Amino acid sequence: MTIVHVNKENFEKEVLKSDRPVLIDFWAPWCGPCKMMGPVFEELSAEMTDLKFVKIDTQENEELAQQFQIRGIPTVSLVKGSKEVDRFSGFAPKSMLKQKIETMMKNL
Amino acid sequence: MNIQLAEKTQDTETTEVVSSTPKKEVNQIYDILIVGAGGAGYTAAIYSARYNLKTLIVGEELGGQMNIDYEVENYPGFRKIIGRDLMIQFADHAKDLGTEIVMDKVENIEKIDNKFKVTTMFSIYYANSIIVALGTKRRMLGVPGEKKFIARGVSYCSTCDGAFYKDKTVAIIGGGDSAFASAFILLQHAKKVYIIHRRGEFRAKPGIVDQMKNDSRVEFVMNTNVTEVIGNSGVTKIKTDNPDKSEIELDGIFIDVGVIPITELSKNIGLELDNVGYIKVNSKQETNIKGIYAAGDITTESNGTKQLITAAAEGSIAATTAFENNRECNNKDKNETCID
Repeated sequence: MTIVHVNKENFEKEVLKSDRPVLIDFWAPWCGPCKMMGPVFEELSAEMTDLKFVKIDTQENEELAQQFQIRGIPTVSLVKGSKEVDRFSGFAPKSMLKQKIETMMKNL
Repeated sequence: MNIQLAEKTQDTETTEVVSSTPKKEVNQIYDILIVGAGGAGYTAAIYSARYNLKTLIVGEELGGQMNIDYEVENYPGFRKIIGRDLMIQFADHAKDLGTEIVMDKVENIEKIDNKFKVTTMFSIYYANSIIVALGTKRRMLGVPGEKKFIARGVSYCSTCDGAFYKDKTVAIIGGGDSAFASAFILLQHAKKVYIIHRRGEFRAKPGIVDQMKNDSRVEFVMNTNVTEVIGNSGVTKIKTDNPDKSEIELDGIFIDVGVIPITELSKNIGLELDNVGYIKVNSKQETNIKGIYAAGDITTESNGTKQLITAAAEGSIAATTAFENNRECNNKDKNETCID
C-alpha cells in the first residue's frame, strides 16, 4: 500500500475529507528514530486497512507541524474528520506500535 | 483548515505489550543468536557469519543508540557520517554474509537440553550460544511533569526535535560532552539556551565549554537540579532547587544526563551485573553463564569507554570466543554438555 505524503495543498482532501480515520506519521529527514519507524509504519499500513496511513514531513510543512503543535518526532496522530482523537510520540517497534494504534482506535 | 487537537493523549512512556498471538516455534538451531541490533550486535554477526556459523540477530530498535547520535566523526574510515547511515551499512554487511535479522523483543532465555531456548514476543528460537548486546537507554530525570510533557516540550533528542524551537527559549540539562553537542544543535534554532548542571563544573571538554561561555545566547546555571516541569498544552517553565533561580520560564527542556544499561533481560536470566547494572564480562566477553556472552555498551569491558568502536570490538571478540568454544565443544565426546 502506498502511503500518501501530505502537505498544505492536499491536507484537506487526504485528511479532513478522508472516508476513513487517518493516522499521521510526523517525521523529518534528520530524525534517526523517525527513519527507523518508517518501514514499520509502512508494514502496518498494509495490515490495518481500516485506517488511512499518511506521512507529514515537518521540515517541508512547518505550518502543519505548528498547527498540530508538534514539538517532538516521531509523533503518530489519529485524526477523524477535523478532530484529533489521540497521539503518541517516540519510536516504537512494530508490535508496540500496532498495540498503541489499536488503543487509540478505541477512542474513535 | 482547522484541526481540534486531542486533549488527553496516551502515555508516551513505553507500555508493556502483551502479545495475544501464539508464538511461532522456529525449529532450526542457530549457532549464535545475538540479542540487540546496534554496533556491537552487527559486528558480532559479521564475525560469526564469517566463521560460517548460522547467525540470527533479534533486535527491537535496528541501529540502536546510533539512531540518536546524529553525526559520527570518530569511526575510522568515515570522516563524518550520520549514525543511522553507518548502522545501515553495518546491517547490510551482516546480511550480505548470511545473517538473519528480525525485529522482535527477547523476553526470556533458558537452558534446555544443551541448548538455549529464546522466547521473543512472537517466536521461540533455539541457539547454541547467545551474545547479549542490548546497550543502554537514556536516563530520565525522574521529576514530576517530565513524562507528561514528552514531545510537548520535554525531549531527549536535540537532533530530532531542535528544529521545533525556532526563536524559542530552551534548557539543556546535563554537563557532559553530549549535553554540549546538544547545545550547539539547539543554538542553530533557539534564541536562548540555558545549560543547567547539578555540579559546580562541567565534565565536557574545556574547549567546548569556553566556546559556549562566550556566546551571549547561552546562560550557565550551576549547582542546580530541576525539580518539576510545568505547563499546559506544552512546557512553560521549570522549577529548580536553586533559590536564585527557582523558576525558569522556557518553551522546552532537553534532557541529556547520561545513559543506563538495559537490565531487564540480564536480571531475568541471572547474568552477573555490577552495581549499576552493566553485565560483568572477562576479556573474552564471557559472562557468568557458560554459552552466554555480552558485548558493547551493556558490559563492564573496554574500561567503560562507551564508543561505537569499542562496542564493535567487543562484538568481534564475543563472536570469536563463541566460535572457539563451540569448536572445542564439538570436538568433545557427544555425551558431554557444551553448556552447564
